[in-house]
Parts: sequence; structure tokens; C-alpha cells
Amino acid sequence: MQQEKRLVCVRVNGVVCKAQVETRRLLSDLLRHDLQLTGTHVGCEHGVCGACTVIFNGAPVRSCLMLAVQAHGGELLTVEGLASPDGTLHPLQQAFHDYHGLQCGFCTPGFLMAIYAFLQDNPQPDVSDEAIRVAIAGNLCRCTGYQGIVEAVRHVITQGVAR
Amino acid sequence: MTTRAFGVPVARKEDRRFLTGTGCYVDDIHLPDMLHAAILRSPHAHARIRAIDVRPAYELDGVITVFTYRDLGVAAQPLPLLIPHPALTHPRTQYALARDMVRYAGEAVAMVIAEDRYIAEDALDRINVEYEPLPVVSDLQTAATAAAPLVHDDVPNNIAAHLVQQVGDVDAAFASATYTFQRHIMIERSSSQPLETRGVVARFDAFEQMLTVWDSTQAPLSIRNGLALLFGLPPDKVRVVAPDVGGGFGVKIMLFYPEEVLVPLVALRLRRPVKWIEDRLEHMTASNHERGQIHDIAVALDADGHILGLRDVFLHDAGAYSPYGIIVPLITATQLPGPYKLPAYYSDATVVYTNRTPVTPYRGAGRPQGVFAMERILDYAADELGIDRAEIRRRNFIQPDEFPYDVGLTFQDGLPTRYDSGNYPAGLERALEMIGYERFREQQGQARREGHYLGIGIGCYVEGTGIGPYEGAHIAIDNLGEVHVATGLSTQGQGHQTSFAQVVAEELGVDVAKVHITTGDTQRFHWGTGTYASRAMVIAGNAICLAARAVKEKAIKIASYALEAAPEDLELVDGRVRVKGAPSRGISLASLSIIANPIRYAYGAAAPDLPAVLPPRDGPPLPSGEEPGLEATRYFSPAHATFASGVHAAIIEVDIHTGIVKIQRYIVVHDCGRVVNPMIVEGQICGGVAQGIGGSFYERMVYDDNGQLLNASYMDFLIPYATEVPHLEIDHIETPSPINPLGVKGAGEAGCIPVPALMAAALEDALAPFGVRVDRMPLTPEEIRMLVAQP
Amino acid sequence: MKPPRFTYHDPVARNETLALLDTYGDDAKVLAGGQSLMPLLNMRLAQPAHLVDINHLSDLAYIREQDGGLTIGALTRQRDVERSPLIRQRCPLLAEAIRLVGHPPIRSRGTVCGSLAHADPAAELPAVLLALGGYVRAESCAGVRTIPAAAFFLDQLLTALTPKELLTEAWFPTAPPRSGAAFIEISRRHGDYALAGVAAQITLSADGSVVAANLALIGVGVTPVRASAAETLLIGERPGEAIFTAAGRQASANLDPFTDIHASAAYRRYVAGVLVSRALTIAAERAAGPLTAEATH
Repeated sequence: MQQEKRLVCVRVNGVVCKAQVETRRLLSDLLRHDLQLTGTHVGCEHGVCGACTVIFNGAPVRSCLMLAVQAHGGELLTVEGLASPDGTLHPLQQAFHDYHGLQCGFCTPGFLMAIYAFLQDNPQPDVSDEAIRVAIAGNLCRCTGYQGIVEAVRHVITQGVAR
Repeated sequence: MTTRAFGVPVARKEDRRFLTGTGCYVDDIHLPDMLHAAILRSPHAHARIRAIDVRPAYELDGVITVFTYRDLGVAAQPLPLLIPHPALTHPRTQYALARDMVRYAGEAVAMVIAEDRYIAEDALDRINVEYEPLPVVSDLQTAATAAAPLVHDDVPNNIAAHLVQQVGDVDAAFASATYTFQRHIMIERSSSQPLETRGVVARFDAFEQMLTVWDSTQAPLSIRNGLALLFGLPPDKVRVVAPDVGGGFGVKIMLFYPEEVLVPLVALRLRRPVKWIEDRLEHMTASNHERGQIHDIAVALDADGHILGLRDVFLHDAGAYSPYGIIVPLITATQLPGPYKLPAYYSDATVVYTNRTPVTPYRGAGRPQGVFAMERILDYAADELGIDRAEIRRRNFIQPDEFPYDVGLTFQDGLPTRYDSGNYPAGLERALEMIGYERFREQQGQARREGHYLGIGIGCYVEGTGIGPYEGAHIAIDNLGEVHVATGLSTQGQGHQTSFAQVVAEELGVDVAKVHITTGDTQRFHWGTGTYASRAMVIAGNAICLAARAVKEKAIKIASYALEAAPEDLELVDGRVRVKGAPSRGISLASLSIIANPIRYAYGAAAPDLPAVLPPRDGPPLPSGEEPGLEATRYFSPAHATFASGVHAAIIEVDIHTGIVKIQRYIVVHDCGRVVNPMIVEGQICGGVAQGIGGSFYERMVYDDNGQLLNASYMDFLIPYATEVPHLEIDHIETPSPINPLGVKGAGEAGCIPVPALMAAALEDALAPFGVRVDRMPLTPEEIRMLVAQP
Repeated sequence: MKPPRFTYHDPVARNETLALLDTYGDDAKVLAGGQSLMPLLNMRLAQPAHLVDINHLSDLAYIREQDGGLTIGALTRQRDVERSPLIRQRCPLLAEAIRLVGHPPIRSRGTVCGSLAHADPAAELPAVLLALGGYVRAESCAGVRTIPAAAFFLDQLLTALTPKELLTEAWFPTAPPRSGAAFIEISRRHGDYALAGVAAQITLSADGSVVAANLALIGVGVTPVRASAAETLLIGERPGEAIFTAAGRQASANLDPFTDIHASAAYRRYVAGVLVSRALTIAAERAAGPLTAEATH
């Protein structure tokens, strides 16, 4: 039995993209291999590590738990779309840099997108250590022990700039 | 004015590509015509393979070929034994694809090559393997007994190695002791679990006759050397690149995983690029584990709690094969003594095969187990003797004026365990001060009256870092004054692009922004071993330092000729060599690099201070014995390891009804000698502590009696999220290393080493009213609750 | 870890969906949020011949007041429930529970009805339905039926739904005035499935005694468990440590939990009792507080 193929048309970071893919193709694979947007990473393919997090129609999702065909007609924001067209880093990206919130970089795109979504959904979040850790729970990092990430997030919240 | 670069928390040069999703990890590589591999793995922990029928796989469209053992050709012999040792009497390695036996669930049996990974996985489901299951050895305690089945038919009692090391007369020590105590200690199997799994891409370019392999490895040079030998290719026709690597933590230092041979083999055979990316489910059993050990440790003390002797007998779970030799148990045995004076020490390690995934280093590499055993027995002795736990350590520390201190053992590098420098008492006092040790008892008492159980734990360790054999570096300054540096070892998040650049910037007086570091590409630098054992800054960093100094010396020499001034009258400041006291007389490094290459044709208008006419030379344009260019290659090989150390302290609260532990405070006092980039070092510590917390309360490979891994996904193998890891307060002590030019010690593994020990200590302290002893890690909430539950 | 082959259907209308289930029922799986099903597909632990993706049925995304409660349509995302002021005001127990379901990206796609239909014994939302005595509506080509919570959860990952049925909505009763709700659980990490958990709602009379108690436990059996005997113990009593501890003991007495690699039956039974007592304390405080019938988090 051949798996059916369909045309998936999706707007990624403001750009209309199309690909002909099997209906069982994961959204993470569409992004990474059909659209060559390799910034979104795959860490576990069962929804636990968060490395594949992207924004779909305004909400954070695990791209490894969506079929590419389910994104048809939708809007995606990936890590490649965070910085400005002139290359200026998004305040979140800048904060990760300033507070050493990354080491190997593999989990970083997933964190950035998850936190981006969190800040959109929570305009005035609590900046205590505990609250920030709850906000970023759901993404695994094996390198940083989370400390630099927490500090980066706190900075962005207190500066109120990540809108 | 030159800005100091050494010791500065310079923000990382490599960040941009990671932040913008433009890094290049091995799965990001897309080559035209590329094929995809999937591996069929044994579901059985121990079985004979009777038959493999791959024909049904070919019925699928898009399947190109299927390999089994008999297709391996030159790769048909067992994979290499990496580190032999006299005590390793029964080394065993696996075949790249199982020949007729499988010895762990997850062992590679066949490989499918297809147009894409989806089809390749479909094909796996269609391959029929006829297995004859055999008895399984799945318990370390009983594996070495006569009653246990054999993992390898020709390895009696499943004993791969028996390693004994001793110092002094331990029997006499025990005979003459006022007190002796013993504990039975266990650390459970765990694994590195980097966020990026393993992966290999290989391409053979028939036109260039060049095999290129991109491998998410910690040792591209060692892979290159092995592949060149295996395939009979000239070394310069094999290029291995470690691209951006998403974490290693030791699991990627294991060399010649089957796929690292299989993927290049297929690329050579099919003349098409091949990609294999391990998925997480595979990683759980196909990438190596570590940590499983059982210790019986005994200590002999005098009336004042001074250690007279220590005896440690332990079993080490090697898994089904021993490709990495006995490095891990060797490190356990030699690092167990830690910062304490042991007049007599006897270590007896039995390395045992089991039908489980093989064991090779995971951050800490045997030290967490050794430190756990040592710290537990010391805490126990302290409690029994009525001595404060911190005090017993004070009484037994090697003192700051006793360095170099010869422990009397042979370390993993085959060289003496000679502690070069350190200040253990200062580390302890600082940690106690930071955690508020004096005030804690009152806090604890108050909490107990309110029905809360607080506990405090401390853990001390010494870590041998910066072992050889050597690393090298090549530095070249180009005509624009940019500094290009290459070294053979590779990077998995440690920030080498920045910290190595700082070393060069410091030596050459240039901006860090002008220094470009390449690691992990065998085409750029082809001598060295890899990134392991907390050695990159010590070994490669020092090689880079020596190369930079050589380049500086050459720059001054050339400037001396060009400016007609004596070398001792010159200084290198802000990227220019200039006359001391007459700074307007100088030449930039860019110009010096042009002058260093006396070719006939003039170019380099970009160097504005290049003299139009150079002084006449006595002798040939390229002086005898000189090489063209402003570059140098240097190597650094240490006399022996350099010993870092640290003390961690923590206060926890235990909910005695649920067994849930909350870490209220966590202190790290850390000594890695001189620090190049404190921000990067602290990042390494934070990451290590998080893994240590994982190893205390969450991460354990759970096997059943059939050798099946029960928690074979991230739903059940639990890695801490941010909510499970506390905020760390970190302070440094610096006892520079006297045995390398930079005075640095390694820092990569330190964070994880003492964590289980101090968590166990804190648990015992919190639950002291219940008379609790903690002898194993990790512990689940239930196991913690059971410590206090009435039976 | 790529999904196996299947025939993919993405119907745009309800009757189309029901017709597909009628034809392929036994060999089909419904894909809504996918947060439970996709991992199973990626691991090839589920290999349905047909996948019926209902994400185009946008008329099934609603939260409506109905019959003294709220009905939640099959395609309503957990995220929307989390952000719904109506849910917060009318069904505080659901509002409490929803924050504990996985992590935000899971809740973006995951549906309330999907969680009910999946019936993991450690999932929070089934316990809320059970504790409050809600019901679900199941539709097929043969018609519509209502299944009360008590008859819905049959076994681990098994509900009373037949393969030809689609769960189209779930109904949760509104909390009466002077009610307070709490959902607490023990999990090994934030967001994990619970080792044991308690959904509790207390309703107080004007004089401050308990007039209604709703209690359900998770992680303590193959299905969520309604702690009816413990509820009965509480009626007419004034909130207090002694009665809540007694309720906890009563709740854990009749449990038959399972043992797995994370916790044993004995642990789950003991901890459930402890959590019942703690959850009741919080629920009662909230019932008595100025902001009754509102989740205060």
C-alpha cells in the first residue's frame, strides 16, 4: 500500500511554502527536510523534550506530534523567523546570548519558541525563580542546567521588551 | 589599550548561529542523491541468530539494499578494542552487524538503505530474523557467580577484568585501627542522553577519491584514523568532520559504534551519500550507558577519626562488550580517595559482563560512583564516632602545603596520580560559609518542631583532568590580520570558539573578534585524540597558547628585521609590534604576515602600514631554517593529569509522606585552576549539577530479568526539567596548575561528580530522627518514603 | 521513529466522519489533538490501517452553557479551556486540573474530549468528569447516546466507546455557590503523568458544614476512582484536619492500585490518602473564602 501524497501549502515566517509529502510525514520533517528550515530540531519524537516546538496559528506546538498535512493552510513561526530581516536579534535571542542561556544550541530553538509563546500568552508574568522555572518546564536542556536560561527569561520579562 | 581576554566572561562567538537556527548538526546536512539508513536491532538480550530473511524488505518501493553480517567485507572483523590494559584479560567487542549472536537488546543485526527514513523503517518491519533465545544475565550482583549464564561462552564467570591497586599495607591498617566501619553501596545504571542523538553522514567522492564523514562524535580524528586503516585509504583521503554537535557528555567519545563503520562502508559501496540519524528510542539501547556499580567499602580509623586505611571491593557492570577497556572502573578506583590522606588503600574491581547495553564513559566517568562510596563511608564513620561530618573531612584532608601529593596509584592515562595543587580545606570552609552551616542546626531544629524535615549535605571530590596523550594547534595570521586557529579535538557546547580565542587574544594582544577557531575537522588539523576527560582547555588550550607564543615570537623577529630594532626593544600590543617607548614605530600583524612570505609579487594593499621598501637582507629572502608565513604549529603533552577539586553543599526539604524532595539551596565551590572564561565554566558546572540531580532522583535504566529496558523512552526515563533543578550559587577557588603553561585545570565533568553523595548525606540528615541510611542512588519518591515508613 | 503507513482521512463534516468510523471502525483511530496518539504512531506501537483526522470539524469546537453545566465540544483545545473565563467561573475544578495537563504546547493541540477518550489512568481530566458526575455524548451512524462518567471509564486506555463511535462532547456540571475546588498530584517531574492525584470539590452550606463533596483519584487503579465512601463521610461535617484525614484513610482503604517502575501499589495507596486530605483542606478553604466557586490561581 502506498501512502497517499498531498500538497501542503503553509506560510512559514511570512513566506508561502509548498511541498508534496506523504500524509504520514511529520511536521518536523516537513520543516527540516522538505523546506530546509533546519533550525527546528528533533530530540525525542514523542513530545517530551520540546526541541521541536514551533508556533502554529499563534500557539506553541510540538511539531513532532503533528502531521505535515495538518498544517496545511496555516501559519508557522519558527526560530528562523525570530530575528528581524536586517539580522537584529529578537530580545529573547539577545538575552540568551547575554546570559549564557545556551551551550550546544540543540535545545535552543525549542526554548526560544516556547518562551516566545509564553510571553505572548502571559504579558505580566511572575519573575520569581519558581515561576520562571514552571514557565520553561516542558523543554529539556542537558547542557546548561537551566540557570542561564532562567536569567535570560527574567531579564526579558523585567525589561518588558519581548512583545 | 589592550583589553585582557583571559579570565573575562566574554560572550560567546558561536551563539549567533545557534540562536537563529542556522547551526549545522549532522541531520541538517542534505546532499544530492542521499540515501537513508535504518538499523534492525535485536529485541532479545541474548540469542543465537538462526536465520535472517531480508527478501520481504526488497518488496517495498524505495528500498535500495539490505546489509547483514555477510555483506560487511573488510568491516567483518570485530570492532576495535580501544584501550587495552593488562588487567583486561577477557576483552570483547561486537561486530558491526551481529554475526551469529546478539548479547544485548538493541544490538545491531541488519541495516536497510532506502530513499527515506520512513521507508527504511517500513522495511525493518519486514525483515524476518529467527532467534533462538538464550539465558540472560541481567543482574550485576549475581553475574559473576558460578551459577550465572555466560554472556560470552569463553569468558568464565563473565569476568572481563579484575583490577587490583594498592598503596601501603591495608591489612595492617585494619588490624591496628581503633574503629572500622563498612557499607554496601550501589549506584544504578544511567546514561548521557544528549539532546541530539548520534548520527553519521558519509559521502565518497569518486572523482577526488575522497571519503568524507560527518559524525556527531567527540573524536573525529580517532574516527578518521580508524576508518582510513579499515578501508585501506590514505589518511589524507579520509576527512572526518564533527559538525555542530548537540551535546556529548561522553556517550559520543565511544568510538566505532557500528554505524560509524557501516555508514561509510555503504557510501563506499553504493557511491552515493548515506545518512543515518539515530532516533531517541534507538538511543536508549544503542548508545552506551554507565554508572552501574556495587561497592563494599570499609574504612579503618584511629581514635580521632583519622583514616588509617581504606578497602574497597566493587563490581562494575560492563554491559555486553568492553570496547572502551576498563577506563571507567579504573577511574573509580583511582579517584575514590579524593582529597583525603589514605596511608593505606586497597581497591579491588571486578568488571563483569551482563546482557545489557555496553558501558563506556558518561560525564564523571566512574568518579561519581567512587566519590559516592568514599563520602558515604566517611559520613557513616563521622556519625558513629560522634564527629561532625565537616570536621572528619577537615581531619583527613591533604593540606595545602603537601603538594605535589602522590596518592600512589596509576591513573587512567597510565601515569601516577600525583595531585599537583589544590586547597581542599579552603574549599570546604567557603562552602560551609556560603550554605550557612553553623546556623543550619537551629534552622533544622525549628523546622522539625513544625513537622518539616530539612537536611544538609556536603560532598567533596578531586578530579583528575587534562590527561594526555597530547593535542596540537596550528595558528596562522593572514594578510588582513585575522587569526586562524585549528585544533584536532572537537566541540559539543563547551564554547571552544570563544574560550580558545581568548587564549590567543591574550597572547597576541588582538581582539577576540579577530580570532577564528576551527575544531573537529581532520582536514584542518590531523593530529590529536578527542574531547573527553575534562581535557580540552588543558591540552588543546595549552597547545594553542604555545602556538600563539611561537607566532608572537616570529612576529617580533620579523618586525625586528623590518624595523631594524632589537627584539628585546619590541612589544606586541593591540595587534601591532612596536618599539617600546616609541609606539608610532610599529607594524601591524597583517603587514608582518605579508613580509613573512617573501614572494615576488606585491599585494596586500589592505595593510596600510606595510613599508614600501624593506631593509636589505643578509642572505636568502627566506632565511635558512625559517618557514614562510606568520604561523606555527605546536603540541602540548602533559607530564600527568592535573587535579581539579570542589565542594558542593545543599539544603533539602523532604516530605516524609510523599518522599518528594525539594532542594532549597545548592552551593558549589569549585577549583579548576586559572579560569579562562568564568561564564563558560559556570555554565559547565550548572549543567553537570543538573545531571547529578538526575542521577540522584530521576535517571535510572530499569532492566527486567530478561534484559529488557523497561523505561525505554523519555516518558519513563526521566531527565530533570527546570523545575527539578535548583538555582546554584557558585564560587571559585584558584590553585593554578604548575604543570601547564596556562595554569588551567579541566572543568567539564566537575558539576555531576559529588551530587548523589551529598544528596544521600542530606537525606540522612533530614531523616536523622528516623535513623535512616542511604546506600544507593538514584532514589524514587517511594524509595525515599520507604526510608521512614513503618513496616 | 516515523509513523507506519495508514490510509489518511480528513473529513470536513460530522456525518462523513461517522460514516468513515462505521466502515472502518475496528481498523481506524480518531486523530484529534494527537498528543497521545502521535507518540504511539511515531513509536509504531499503534498501527491503525485508517487514521480519521477530525481537525476540520470546527463546529465541534465550543464551550457552551447547558443543563446547569458546560458542554465542551470534541475539538475544543485544552488551551482554550485553560483560557476560558466561563470555565474558571463555573467549573473551577476543571480550571484547576487543566493547568496540570502536560505543558502548554501539549495543551495547544490536545483536546478535552481526546483526553477523556484516551482514558489514561493517570490523566487529570477523566478524574474531573468522574468526580463531578459529568457525562459524554457519543455519536455514530446508529444514533447518539449519553454515557455518564461512572459508566465510561472501563479499564486502562479503554472506555465504553465502540470503534464506530465518535465522542462529540463532554458535559461538566456547574459548581454550586460556596464551592471550592482543588486538584493536587504527585508526579516525579513537572507536567508528568501523576503517580497519584486527587480531584476535590467541596460545597459548604450557609452554616459552614459540608453539603456536597466530589472526590476522584488518579494513578490508583486502571481507571480514575470515585471516592464515594469518603464523600459520604464528609457530608454534614465541618471542615477540619481530623475529618479530612479520616476521609483520606477511607479513600485509600478501597483502592487496588497497580505497581510499575515509578511506584508500587502500596505507595500509591498511601499517598492517595495523604493527597485527599490535603486537597480537601485547600478546597474547603476556597469554598469558605471570599472568592467562592472561583479558582484563585
